[in-house]
Amino acid sequence: MKQKRSPLSILYSVLIFLFLYAPIVVLIVYSFNANKSRGSWGGFSLKWYQALFEDSTILNSLYTTLSVALIAALVSMVMGTLAALGMYYSRRRMRSLLSNLANLPMLNPDIVSGISLLVLFVFLGFRLGYVSLLLSHIAFCVPYVIVSVLPKLNQMDRSLFEAALDLGATPVQAFFKVMLPEIMPGIITGTILAFTMSLDDFVISFFTAGSGVSTLSMTVYSMSRKGIKPEINAISTLMFVVVLALLVVVNLRSNRENKKQKKGVR
Amino acid sequence: MKRFRWASLPFAVYALIFTIAPLILIIFYSFTDQSGTLTLDNYRQFFNWDDPVYLQVLWRSIKVAVISTLICLVLGYPMAYILSKMRPGLRDTMVFLFVLPMWMNFLLRTYAWMTLLERTGLINTLLGKIGIGPLDLMYTQGAVILGNVYNFLPFMILPIYNVLIKIDKSVIEAAQDLGGNKYVVFRKVIFPLSLSGVVSGISMTFMPAVSTFIISRLLGGGQQALIGDIIENQFKVVGNWGLGSAMSVVLMVLILAAMNVMRKYEDENAGGNVLL
Repeated sequence: MKQKRSPLSILYSVLIFLFLYAPIVVLIVYSFNANKSRGSWGGFSLKWYQALFEDSTILNSLYTTLSVALIAALVSMVMGTLAALGMYYSRRRMRSLLSNLANLPMLNPDIVSGISLLVLFVFLGFRLGYVSLLLSHIAFCVPYVIVSVLPKLNQMDRSLFEAALDLGATPVQAFFKVMLPEIMPGIITGTILAFTMSLDDFVISFFTAGSGVSTLSMTVYSMSRKGIKPEINAISTLMFVVVLALLVVVNLRSNRENKKQKKGVR
Repeated sequence: MKRFRWASLPFAVYALIFTIAPLILIIFYSFTDQSGTLTLDNYRQFFNWDDPVYLQVLWRSIKVAVISTLICLVLGYPMAYILSKMRPGLRDTMVFLFVLPMWMNFLLRTYAWMTLLERTGLINTLLGKIGIGPLDLMYTQGAVILGNVYNFLPFMILPIYNVLIKIDKSVIEAAQDLGGNKYVVFRKVIFPLSLSGVVSGISMTFMPAVSTFIISRLLGGGQQALIGDIIENQFKVVGNWGLGSAMSVVLMVLILAAMNVMRKYEDENAGGNVLL
């Protein structure tokens, strides 16, 4: 039975879309407004973007954000994949213990994670700064890799790996030649997820970075508390465009993968 | 392949240091006073019925989160239902469009509403053109709820959608063949089968809504402080770690208890692939 879409449901979808996108569109439009006040339109201008690239605070925080996200994602990739592998071969009780350990940072409210890490660093006498920020990001990024890799391991045919061993491969060879290609999509998804989570984080960074270091979202926060500045509209627009580009690439990639897999099966 | 079991060790050690130890520390601090002696004073101060300042904040946080979650459910369920009825190609594109704003930093999404709601913002400018206002839209509880709904609506739509598309079409057809009209089929078959998604959606919306401190700070100003705000305040401004830790423990217990109740009704896969 084919259902016709009613005009009501189209109207409803349009309204929800407007609700979700209108604020973002307004923000983007105002980032090109020559006037500082948002009440009036003073013509098209790129001066807020120019101001952005002359502001050393913003450039520094951009560098911090990107470098922390990159390092945290790479460390999480290795640690998370290894953890998933170990969990896959562990006994059930150990596995459920480890998976609870991985779920905890995802279940715990960010503010509690942030504060408890702050307390830990101060307790240990560890100076808050770039390193404490990075260590904290790794702590909440690893679980995203684990939950992406584990399902791929479960889908994998166990006997493939054993066949490789029977045919004379060393376990390390068999891992790199047989198992790794199988779980690669999960590793990549998990790493991108970890990277994005780190880019997106505000709360945990806010508590663990100390006063000298600032990520982009921390800079936006301290700017927006002093009122609205057109430069923030410009950063927001840039960040939105970057994330959009990343997501389109990821989606195209996974579509291609799916098609390839279908062909492979045939 | 028993030797691979050791591969989990780095993660296990890391999680013990950076996840478990910090939690143990705040639990410990919540039972000590400024000088480090063991005490229950922090909890007594929090649950002080004679002067319930903190309890009022906790109550307000729960109230705001419950209202936000309910609005998300009422808005989100029909949307998830409409999405699930679309043909697959269009559906994927639409879901992608719903996920997209979620990837924008939530601080920026909240900030976007500031530019709309403030006294010289777009909404008041438009209202002014037709002779109304300017209205005080910012710094109200309504603004905080709006911010929550805006930020967390996709978290409600996606889990429900994920469950709806998995419902076996033949079950619905069987109900129709047995004479159920559209409403009976929805009420007796589709809705009950989608409950696990609803529960996931509720927990994914309620949890961030109850613990937020940015949305309330930016859109609610000082008057609408939530539990997250007063925790932040204890650590960053007042410096009373004992009380701040006790508040964090209360929030954590509240959320873990809520999750535990929810989980009993939750399908394991419902919330699984919400993010990508």
